[in-house]
Amino acid sequence: MTKIVKKAYAGTIESSDVYVELEPKDVGLDIQIESVVLNQFGDAIREVVIEVLEQFGVQDAKVKIVDRGALDCVIRARVEAAIKRGEGK
Amino acid sequence: MRRSMLFLPGNTPNIIINGDSLGADAVILDLEDAVSPSEKDAARILVRNAIKLMKFENCEVIVRINSLDTDYWKSDLDEIVPLKPDLIMPTKTSSAADVQIIDSYITELERKFSIGPNTVKLIPLIETALGVENAFRIATVSKRISALFLGGEDLTADLRCKRTKDGNEIDYARKRIVCAARAAGVDVYDTPFTDVNDDEGIYADAEYAKSLGFTGKSAVSPRHVAAINEVFSPSQKDVDYAYEVMEAIRIAKEQGRGAIALHGKMIDAPIVARAQQTIAMAEELLSMRGGRHE
Repeated sequence: MTKIVKKAYAGTIESSDVYVELEPKDVGLDIQIESVVLNQFGDAIREVVIEVLEQFGVQDAKVKIVDRGALDCVIRARVEAAIKRGEGK
Repeated sequence: MRRSMLFLPGNTPNIIINGDSLGADAVILDLEDAVSPSEKDAARILVRNAIKLMKFENCEVIVRINSLDTDYWKSDLDEIVPLKPDLIMPTKTSSAADVQIIDSYITELERKFSIGPNTVKLIPLIETALGVENAFRIATVSKRISALFLGGEDLTADLRCKRTKDGNEIDYARKRIVCAARAAGVDVYDTPFTDVNDDEGIYADAEYAKSLGFTGKSAVSPRHVAAINEVFSPSQKDVDYAYEVMEAIRIAKEQGRGAIALHGKMIDAPIVARAQQTIAMAEELLSMRGGRHE
């Protein structure tokens, strides 16, 4: 299990990128998503974010996503970078 | 075949995702100068995911890693080597020893990830005065070396002179590196022409590089890619002449003649070799155009 111990972010709000912000949280995941394509892809973005968090064993975190039309591989990269910055190793 | 190589900043998704459609024969995903120190970690992950999950069908992928004098180069290789990009570009390569250090670490990673020995190839960026002087040793020290690459910007800083548009200050380095690469039997690529708004200057600079023997040239702007591709492609006149040479050779062989002339000029071995290279390149271009528009 990976614990988020400090506020961390990765990515930008430029076109085709996504800004990911992670904060420590006591229990569970709280994921907020803002996206230019929220109606069409909001669920898909959430799924990808959860998948990466699970992959790295993050069970408790507050997650803010500001998507600017990022591809799947970009979302995965930014969430991973934020986790590695927030886990406090 | 690589005529053009286009640098793309490694932490900028909107540029990387279009990399395959910019017309370059290779894209160089840059983890070095185009990425600030605070973003090296994020860029490394982004570039790794881009190579892993995006299809670069129309171009090769080269990754420029950080230099040995930084804390980043091992982490760069840790992420990138398992994906076996077409080439890895070590930076500020100044000696054969620099290559050996990187070669050894890649060998460790190849073993760890069950990648065949010497699968990962290198195109060292030579951008110091010492690197220029050691170019032949750099090119021959490892089986991984696929080509040499001249970096004019850092080189001029090391030479303590100003980088100019006509490039007199890097002329010696250009000639020296071409000679070293050709002597070692590897390809050689020229530094970018950095005035992105000069659409005529790029032609002149690329033509000069070609005249010296460079295999191709890099660019920092997609605007320069078409010019580089055009200059480093054989012209129709070159191709027609190459076929004429090969036909003359065929006929002479049939007739049992040793000495051959074409349009009043003797055809000797270097002319035949050049004709064969031109035809091979023209045929490769033809097959590439089957897959994309230029």
